[in-house]
Amino acid sequence: MSASGAAATPEELKQRIEAGIPGASAEVTGDGHHFNAVVSAPAFQGLTRIAQHRLVYDVFGGEVGDRIHALSIQTKAPPSGAAAHSHPESIV
Amino acid sequence: MSDQTTNTLREQIQTAIDENPVILFMKGTPEQPMCGFSARTVAILQSVGRPFAAVNILPDPRIRQELSGVSNWPTIPQLFIDGDFVGGCDIVTEMYESGELQQALGLESAPAEAAPAPQASEPAPLTIENRL
Repeated sequence: MSASGAAATPEELKQRIEAGIPGASAEVTGDGHHFNAVVSAPAFQGLTRIAQHRLVYDVFGGEVGDRIHALSIQTKAPPSGAAAHSHPESIV
Repeated sequence: MSDQTTNTLREQIQTAIDENPVILFMKGTPEQPMCGFSARTVAILQSVGRPFAAVNILPDPRIRQELSGVSNWPTIPQLFIDGDFVGGCDIVTEMYESGELQQALGLESAPAEAAPAPQASEPAPLTIENRL
């Protein structure tokens, strides 16, 4: 059960996030060890930030902290209406 | 390998979370963070001026393992307030910028643009003891 030795790439992370979370679109940057992912997905709607980030971490399981040394995440739920940059005040 | 040791360590972590209103599990210490994400989180906590307990997870890899079992969160640092897992560096940063962190810490007035001189609050160093 050895993880593949190949270094992770931003492209790989992007594809896996988009495949793992329905409807997600991701922008990933990184150097093979430290990555930054900006992820937008309808599935985030109504979830707390922690729950949103967990969905992203769950795509990679035990690789985060290991093969993927660090993964910084910003999540956004795509606006349901026209308001582009609204900040929902409460999530209940 | 022994379940006994594992359980004890997890209990110690849970006790530390329960007993410290604000506790940060990090790489290194507030005085000497060993990772940029831990350093950033410490800087934020210090700038809001709320004392916090800190646990260095580096001395024993099992601390991190057990901690992640408690929080269901894979990365370090991890901040807990009043026993609740709050998030890691990204979330703490977002919450700081929106003022939510200050609210969660019971500091209603968020130091917004004024950026007062960061006060070095007294961090309470804390050691999770491993009885190997």
